[in-house]
Amino acid sequence: MALPGIVELLHAIDHLRRDAAYQDILYIRSPQALKRMSLGYTGLFADLYWTRAVQYFGYQHHQHSKDFSLLAPLLHLATQLDPKLLPAYQFGNNFLAPRPPNGAGQPEEAIALAQYGIRNNPDSWQLYYGLGFIYYTEMKDYSKAAEAFASGGRVPGAHPFLRILAARMAQHAGEFETARMLWTTTYQTSQDQNIQLNAVDHLRALRVDEDVTQLEKLVSIYREHVGRTPGNMTDLARAGLIGSSPVDPTGQPYKITSDGRVEVHDPDSILYITKGTPPNYQPPQPKADKQK
Amino acid sequence: MNSRIAHVAFNTFREAVRDRVLYNLIAFALLLSGAAILVGQISIDIERLVVVNLGLTAVTLFGVVIAIFIGIGLVSKEIEKRTLYTMLSRPVRRWEFVVGKFFGLTGTLVVNTFFMAIGVFLALLYVAHRFEHADLGILTALYFIVLQFLIVCSLALLFSSFSSPMLAAVFSFALFVIGSLSEDLRGFAGVVKGIGGWIATAVAYLVPNFSALNVINQVAHGEAVATRLIVYNTLYALLYSAMAISGAVLIFQRRNLK
Repeated sequence: MALPGIVELLHAIDHLRRDAAYQDILYIRSPQALKRMSLGYTGLFADLYWTRAVQYFGYQHHQHSKDFSLLAPLLHLATQLDPKLLPAYQFGNNFLAPRPPNGAGQPEEAIALAQYGIRNNPDSWQLYYGLGFIYYTEMKDYSKAAEAFASGGRVPGAHPFLRILAARMAQHAGEFETARMLWTTTYQTSQDQNIQLNAVDHLRALRVDEDVTQLEKLVSIYREHVGRTPGNMTDLARAGLIGSSPVDPTGQPYKITSDGRVEVHDPDSILYITKGTPPNYQPPQPKADKQK
Repeated sequence: MNSRIAHVAFNTFREAVRDRVLYNLIAFALLLSGAAILVGQISIDIERLVVVNLGLTAVTLFGVVIAIFIGIGLVSKEIEKRTLYTMLSRPVRRWEFVVGKFFGLTGTLVVNTFFMAIGVFLALLYVAHRFEHADLGILTALYFIVLQFLIVCSLALLFSSFSSPMLAAVFSFALFVIGSLSEDLRGFAGVVKGIGGWIATAVAYLVPNFSALNVINQVAHGEAVATRLIVYNTLYALLYSAMAISGAVLIFQRRNLK
């Protein structure tokens, strides 16, 4: 009798204090204090803080929150407790760096985390790759990205793409091709299925961005020659500018709008695209957790 | 080991088993299997680390709690039940009684650790699907944990030889905590000047150094443990526990049991 009553009461209390129940607070922020409290069992404490960081990011992301204020401190604690906790650097950087809604939008924190990781794990080429990735995608700092990829390329056993990426950064080579190489490397070197799926989504989005850029150039050429906007892809084909009607990664043909823009058939079906969407388009929220 | 010590040790082990001490293995198995399954759901890429870190930390803490709570009652229980007098009236010397109790308790903990180690390796196989060469390092960490038990058992026996079970438990647990922070204590001693520094240095060297016996994080990352550290830790643990047991024997020899 008493137990169901207690459960009901707790539900009622949770309902009244909903905000309080989910309020995330970091009581201890000092790694030194935590190290002492753990009595030397720092590895287990680091695992707990890393799990907490994953849960925190997942929850905030799921709530479409833009407040990720505890993410960097949680990752800092996890990595200070166990400086060799590689997943905290590899995934943590990608929680921190991307702009919302895909991440916390804190690339400086992500860079600091990656640099700390490299200092403590100089033989892990993946950390250099992660650092170069942030410099390239979030900061657009090609020289630092090149430096990070080149340093990673010198680590024994490093993926051969790192040297190529370093050279491409130095040359400021075609952005689509470089981005495609980055995501392909991510796909090939990750063991995590979620990261691989995310890389595939980015590669699909890159293809769309590249297709739309190219098609919009052709629309401009058509307009210059014919004096009007093409009504559809058939007009471009008739003018000899394209062979057949191009399709997006979902198999749907691209469409041309009256003002000459090229759009995908269903923008919601292709995540991360930056082109080919209607004006003022708001992308859907990607899956809540495990983002690269 | 003479037959009288072996007899006392075997009886101590049998009594511990009869007291259902090994039931802690059920809690351990539940903890580890639960963690192995749960962590895969709520965290990313640390399944193996959690099994090793949680498994070995739990082996240590379960063992230390058993060592303290059984160790402190080994002498007092025999006095309470008056079985000590029967034993000592036979040709069992007092030192043989203490040493036999020590071996009995450490034997119980070794058996307990053996079964827990099987649990850790099974959980590891569940999350990683295969063993790696680096997993052999876990055996070193388990060996160091057993060395910690030797020290804790000897301390529990030492304290129980002159104080009440409650105080002996408090002293033993306090020394385990301080010993786990011994490297910090030594660092503190290094920065304190004058007499305070001398006292801190003396305390730092007197308390057992459990920090050096904790290589859990190291083996969790597949790092090798230096052979020299294994040799030094073995000698240290043997010497420290021999010292504590000698103290317990000396006190027990002089104790008036009437």
